[in-house]
Formats: sequence, structure tokens, C-alpha cells
Amino acid sequence: MIECDRSGEPNLRAADYTMQELMVVAGAREIRDDDVVFVGMRLPLLAFQLAKATHAPHAIGIFENGILRDKPAGDALYTMGDTPNIEGAIWTTSMMDIMSLLQSGKVSLGFIGGAEVDRFGNLNTTYIGGKERVRIRLPGSGGGSDIASLAGRVIIMMSHERRRFVERVSYITSPGFGDGENWRERNGLKGGGPCAVITTKGILRFDSKTKEMVLDSVHPGVIVEEVLENTGWNLNYKSRIKETDPPTRLELRTIRRFDPTGFWTRNGMK
Amino acid sequence: MQKIFSMKEAVLRFVEDGDSIVMGAALEAAIPFAFGHEIIRQEKKNLTLVGPISDMLFDQMIGSGCIHKVAAAWIGNVIMGVGYNMRRAVEEGIPRKVEVDDYTNFTISLALHAGALGIPFIPTKSLLGTGMMSGRMPFQEMDCPYTKEKLALVPALNPDVAVVQAQRADEEGNTHYWGGSGVTKEAALSARKVIVVTEEVVSKKVIRRDPNRTLIPGFLVHAVIHEPWGAHPSPMQGYYNRDHEKYMSYYQESKEREGYLRWLDKWVFGVKDRGEYLKLLGEEKMKSLLIKRRRKSLTVDYGY
Repeated sequence: MIECDRSGEPNLRAADYTMQELMVVAGAREIRDDDVVFVGMRLPLLAFQLAKATHAPHAIGIFENGILRDKPAGDALYTMGDTPNIEGAIWTTSMMDIMSLLQSGKVSLGFIGGAEVDRFGNLNTTYIGGKERVRIRLPGSGGGSDIASLAGRVIIMMSHERRRFVERVSYITSPGFGDGENWRERNGLKGGGPCAVITTKGILRFDSKTKEMVLDSVHPGVIVEEVLENTGWNLNYKSRIKETDPPTRLELRTIRRFDPTGFWTRNGMK
Repeated sequence: MQKIFSMKEAVLRFVEDGDSIVMGAALEAAIPFAFGHEIIRQEKKNLTLVGPISDMLFDQMIGSGCIHKVAAAWIGNVIMGVGYNMRRAVEEGIPRKVEVDDYTNFTISLALHAGALGIPFIPTKSLLGTGMMSGRMPFQEMDCPYTKEKLALVPALNPDVAVVQAQRADEEGNTHYWGGSGVTKEAALSARKVIVVTEEVVSKKVIRRDPNRTLIPGFLVHAVIHEPWGAHPSPMQGYYNRDHEKYMSYYQESKEREGYLRWLDKWVFGVKDRGEYLKLLGEEKMKSLLIKRRRKSLTVDYGY
């Protein structure tokens, strides 16, 4: 029997979309209609645009340069500072105002990415090899660390490679659950911490007690062993692993409207 | 007091070796590229750059060797990723070792805001548990005297110079800005000297007719530089769009030191000012970046 998507059309095959497009769809599905979303850039920006255009028309998007939008921008965006992101906004203001919303608990969801993530969802986007023995100097936190510390829920989006999924990050730029359990409470962090890691291979979530990452679903065409091989620690996984729902045709059309040249979703992982 | 200066005069007069300078305070938009390039041309020394995320300009300046230290939340190329000059400077000391104080976007705002408030520090719930709290970093931890919860302390920053890139200003430096302003206001209010680079110089009447649009009052401003297209390749709302290709090509060109030096010779040392830079950029390119869909705001009534 042919499986159908939610609009009743036959499921798309893996060859019909890229992993980045699937990640955008997975990210969008995490956005609820009542969310205030700290949007950021790249795939999360597309996820927000997609969610607004489909199941979460009331979600609010905020951008750290000082923008609040309640509808997607009228043209494709490369950065949050692009001119179409100002036009039609509800509020243009300062970063201080946006960050105040975040720190005072008014932002329910934030997206971040990283170069390295560990089993407790801590991210490193600053120093590969640690600060004392810098092997690679990466750009740094931006607003990522603030979001990871302060947003209600945090979604991490990144490429699933063994060199990126490490047992322990050499430097914490953006805190996840530290060394597990109640580490966030002990360190005085307000936000809820990461709730999902959306990768090029699957979706991982966190054990409610140990706060360790657990494989939740694999993307169509990906087998569990492939995820384990590309993870630098003994990854826990459920005995019955789901398959990530593929994009619908409508979702794919919408993504391609917001990323017409495929800069973010059809040129490999940025 | 005459405040209108050419770019060359303003940098000569108001930027001293060893100064700390805030630039790119509005993040990806309104980055004072022309000002940064003039600093490189005048071969200023041992500067400290201060900013939130910094899109490409800081990387260009680090490569030129005029930077001793960076205090910022992010240093790279926003749509492409890393900044290769930043990497070379930190990893290999090429062309010189650059010190970095790693901030987040929020905490650089707080540092400048504390400076603007005239107080020594501001507490926050960000930074806790991160690598930024350890080593020789400026932040400290304390227990709140009221609630006993853990807090991170962000010490004040009072930069020597804040460069504000804006749409329009009058001759006294009263500055109108629209769009997301990032940390521009905090930067200007905390700095010792404020320099405004503007697309247009307008009469004071234009300012008075819409005081809500004023981001910086002129009495804080030391210099006004009339420099159309001074933010290119970053966007300026209502004037021109972001030149994405420039960020992509610089990323490729700067991968190797030699390629960066060729870029530097062509686009900075090869031109004497922004006028020549724009000639090199070409009319066709500029035309392609112009605003295509005008969206005028509706006026409000300030009547009494």
C-alpha cells in the first residue's frame, strides 16, 4: 500500500528532497501556533517561515538585531538584517529589548546550531580543541549562548558527523544539560534547555531524568547503525525507532519559495 | 562647532592608535565598511574592536594587522561561516596575535548599557555554566543579595569611539535611523566619541518633524561624515540591499593569506576613498542593489 501524507497525496520519496529540506520541515513541526520564537538564521529561519505559512500562523518571530514579525518576509532572506525582513515587521527596536524578552521568560522557543555537540546537548561554536589549545577558532556565540541559557525550549540543528557529535565538548559556548541530571538548576540557568536535536540523519531528544541524548527517529533512507557510527559515544536509542515523517508537497513548495536559489537547502550543509 | 568632516579627516582626527572602537552595532545591516577601510588605509595601530556579531568587516581589519584585540560575540562571515583572517590570527598569529574577549550578543549589549548608565556592571542570567566564565575573562559570578540565585556579572564597557552608520543626520549630528538597531544606541551612549556616517545630510527641520526617529542626539556626536553607500556591501534600509555576492567572493578570496592581500590591495589600498571604491564596484552592480519596492511610512501628527 502506498503511504500518504497529511494532505492525502502519496509520500514523497527521499530522492525528491534534500536532507536540509527535511530538517527545515522537522524544525517547523516543532513550532507551535502559540510560540514566541527566537528565529536566528539559516535553516531555522526557513523553518519559521514554513511554520507560519502552514500550521502555526499565530507564532511570533523575533530577531536579535531588533525585529519582531508575525508574518514571513516578502522576499528570500540571507540574513536577518536584509531589507525585506524590516518591511512589514510589527516592531523594529534594539537588541536589548529582544534580549530582555528572552531573559524575562517571554520567549518559548529558540533555534541554535553548532560545530560540536555532546551527549548532554552542550554546544561548542568557539574553540575546537579548547581555549588553551586552540585547534580551530570558530566565530563564537552570537546570540546562541543566550538562547541556550534562557529560552523555554531549545532546538539544535546540525550536520550529523562523528567529528561533530563528541562525548564531551572541549568548550561550552551554549549550555545544554552540562554533565546531566540537575546541572542546569545547580548552575542557575533559567531556560528549559534543549528539547530536540535535528540532524542530517535523524531526530534526537533528551531523557527526562539523565538528560542524555536519545535517538528518537531516523530520516527516511537512514538506518540506525549509520546514526550510531556517526556519533562519538554510545548513543542510546529506543528499541522501536520511528521514521521521520517526510515533507509534504505543500511544505516543499513553501520552502522553495523562501529559498528560491537553494542557497540554504540544496547546496549541502552550511 | 563644525562637525562635518570627510571620511579621511574624521579618521585622522578622531581615531587614535590604541583606541577601542564599536562598529557594526546594528549587526548585519548598516556596517560602516567605508570607515573601517579608511582606518586600514591610515594604518592605525593596536586598535580594539567592540561589537555584537560582526559580519566580515572585523575579519578584514584583523587581516590588515591594525587590530590588537576584539571584544565581540561573533567574528566571521554571516552567510558563509568562519572568518579566515580571524582564524589565522588566533591559531597562528598571522599577521599578528589577536586577543579575544568572547561575549554573547546579550552580554555585549549589557556591557555597553552599563557603560551608558554610568555604573560598573550589570548582572545577568546568561553566561552561567559556559566557557566564557572561565579563564581570563572579564565576567564574574555572584549570588544575588536579594534572591540568592546565581548571577553572572558583566562589567561596563566605555569604548573610545562609536561609529554609527545611519540613513540621515543633520549637520549637528542629530541622527535618524530606521530598521533593527541592535546595540547602536547603547554603543553611542557609552562611548567617549561618537562618529556618524550618513547616507544623507538633512536640515534640522527634518529631524524636528519626526523626533521619534532620532536614535542619537547631536550633542553627543563629534563628527558627521556624508558618505553615500558607506555601508556597502551591508544593506541600508530604504537605500540599498545587501550585496550577498561580495560576502561569498571575499570568503573564497580570503581563504589563503595571499588571496586576502590581493583583495586588500584592490578594494582598500587600490582606492583612495569610497568614491573610487564605488567606481570600481561599477554602476551596473550598484543599480542592481537599489531598492526596488518603495514602502513609505505613513506620517504621524505631532501637533499640539
